[in-house]
Amino acid sequence: MFAFIFRRFGLLIPTFIGITLLTFSLIHMIPGDPIEVMVGERNLDPVMHAQAMHRLGLDKPLYAQYFDYIGQLLNGNLGESIKTREPVLKEFLTLFPATLELALSAMLFAAFFGLLAGVIAAIRRGKATDHSVMGLALTGFSMPIFWWGLILIMVFSNYLHWTPVSGRVDLAFDIPPRTGFMLIDSWLIERADPANFSGAFIDALRHLILPTIVLGTIPLAVIARMTRSSMLEVLKEDYVRTARAKGLSPFKVIFVHTLRNALIPVLTVIGLQIGTLMGGAVLTETIFSWPGIGKWLIDAIGSRDYPVIQSGLLMVATLVIVVNFAVDILYGVVNPRIRHAK
Amino acid sequence: MNLLEINSLSVAFGSTEKPFHAVDGLDLTVRQGEIVGIVGESGSGKSVTMMAMMGLLDGQGRITAERLQFDGKDLLTLGARERRRIVGKDISMIFQDPMTALNPSFTVGYQIMEVLREHLGLKGSALRQRALELMEMVEIPAAASRLDAYPHQLSGGMSQRVAIAMAIACRPKLLIADEPTTALDVTIQAQIMDLLVSLQQSQNMSLILITHDLAVISEIAQRVAVMYAGQVVELSRVPDIFLSPAHPYTEALLASIPEHSKGARRLSTLPGIVPGHHDRPVGCLLSPRCPYVQDSCRTVRPELTTTSAGAVRCHFPLSGKEA
Ligand SMILES: Nc1ncnc2c1ncn2[C@@H]1O[C@H](COP(=O)(O)OP(=O)(O)OP(=O)(O)O)[C@@H](O)[C@H]1O
Ligand SMILES: [Mg+2]
Repeated sequence: MFAFIFRRFGLLIPTFIGITLLTFSLIHMIPGDPIEVMVGERNLDPVMHAQAMHRLGLDKPLYAQYFDYIGQLLNGNLGESIKTREPVLKEFLTLFPATLELALSAMLFAAFFGLLAGVIAAIRRGKATDHSVMGLALTGFSMPIFWWGLILIMVFSNYLHWTPVSGRVDLAFDIPPRTGFMLIDSWLIERADPANFSGAFIDALRHLILPTIVLGTIPLAVIARMTRSSMLEVLKEDYVRTARAKGLSPFKVIFVHTLRNALIPVLTVIGLQIGTLMGGAVLTETIFSWPGIGKWLIDAIGSRDYPVIQSGLLMVATLVIVVNFAVDILYGVVNPRIRHAK
Repeated sequence: MNLLEINSLSVAFGSTEKPFHAVDGLDLTVRQGEIVGIVGESGSGKSVTMMAMMGLLDGQGRITAERLQFDGKDLLTLGARERRRIVGKDISMIFQDPMTALNPSFTVGYQIMEVLREHLGLKGSALRQRALELMEMVEIPAAASRLDAYPHQLSGGMSQRVAIAMAIACRPKLLIADEPTTALDVTIQAQIMDLLVSLQQSQNMSLILITHDLAVISEIAQRVAVMYAGQVVELSRVPDIFLSPAHPYTEALLASIPEHSKGARRLSTLPGIVPGHHDRPVGCLLSPRCPYVQDSCRTVRPELTTTSAGAVRCHFPLSGKEA
């Protein structure tokens, strides 16, 4: 098992180098002169321009610049936001829990309902249930996030008044950040100080519902389709017949003997959805004014805050590969053939 | 008393307008403690018959029968839940390819213990103990360490032993072995067959052995059912059927065994193949291939009729060696 983890870990390094190359070249792909863009003025004094180039190391050859960049990264220096003058890393860490909470919640939602829908469709293959579940999945998959979010807000917030429209918690509650997860923080403070924070947890939960659905819909659809086809594949296997020949209940045959093996390709798909989820988070956070990484990046793009864009993307990309790495490991855990492979 | 009694079992696949009868009015009985061999070319419906009896066709085939009785219970009217109490416990089955018959995600110990837990309600150390015992019964060396092995770590022969251990875990009254050695190395085949026979004797269970290997049948079975196109064409005691086959198909089957080789999947002595989905003749199913065919064979389908040694489905059964 350790050898397996180690091998997979080795694969991370080239991927990471690729990512740094991308984010590094980003700054060089900005149309126009980087200094002018950064300062936001045209026709700078040539002396000042040269000084700035020198200060930023932009006068060195490209490869030297790249190594400088890597060196800084390794020192944990991700630059400063031009707008706020705060270290990018610090901003990232403050905002990240909000995105993580949303993404986790959306992924749980998508995985639970996606697996359920896929299993049901596979068992009812060719029947009306199968067709309707898969039809819904296709609809969900093709749903534009922005439009879907607005529809949900219109119905559940504006019309039914069931859910709030924006933010993570009602502004009346001033929740002190402890874990950064609003659900946990609000629950903690409500227990510690019930007089002032009564209802905070439920309020945070209600804020989370719509963004979760909006962000989770596409992964849900993808997971449902993958689960269905993978289940159908595994249901044909001889060992499923063996399981039935043992006199096991259909429930055990499906959930113990079939799903366990059908899960392997589904896990990969779940892992791949993380990337989609980060992309979706950008939109979802914007729709619901969710104070996370997505909204932060969008704002940074709006204000041309290049260090934030560059390092923000780097961290998001790193996150995606780390998650995919974790998925790979999980893959080995559920599939002994891979775990034991030489 | 017969442990298993099948009368006129049919299994139809495909649409109701254009059904394909993979099993077509099959009769078979198995007595307590008896070994019955089933032979017949590929596609003659041997596996489908057994799957239908075990309830493993899973809604794909439409099953009808005049009688389908096991151990005094009517399998036709039994609910799914009651049938599951019998299947895997009193009737169990092992399959052709041991490498795919075990679930790759679970240890072999788990897969054996699962049956014991399900049917006998064993728990804890008694459960593990019994699983170990079973693995020793099927002669798996270093059984204790193999308990935690995954199927892919075992050879084909070992996997088949595990499958046998699972099948005999609850001391079944009837074990069905569907070509249990076909997928194995020749050297392993004899070992597995010996194991099956010795278990059959020590457990006093009945054994239905589906095989293409007529030599094995002649050595171990008491009776043989010869299947052709979903029907039993001849059912007879063992020495008799080899000495004086009553059905032309049986005769051809025997003639196709060159000296010591294994039985054939295709018959060299009979041209043509088993009729498939849409080309079943009206009369005797063998009539297009039968060397002794007469006009009435082409129009009237023969019934299974009792003979001194068993039963035969032929208008003009062969008598003795005159042919
Ligand atoms: N699920 C199914 N749907 C449709 N036809 C089927 C199905 N299962 C089996 N058949 C058909 O039923 C016929 C009998 O198949 P069966 O597997 O019982 O043959 P067999 O005698 O066991 O042959 P073999 O020696 O190759 O194992 C074949 O023509 C097969 O194509
Ligand atoms: Mg078969």
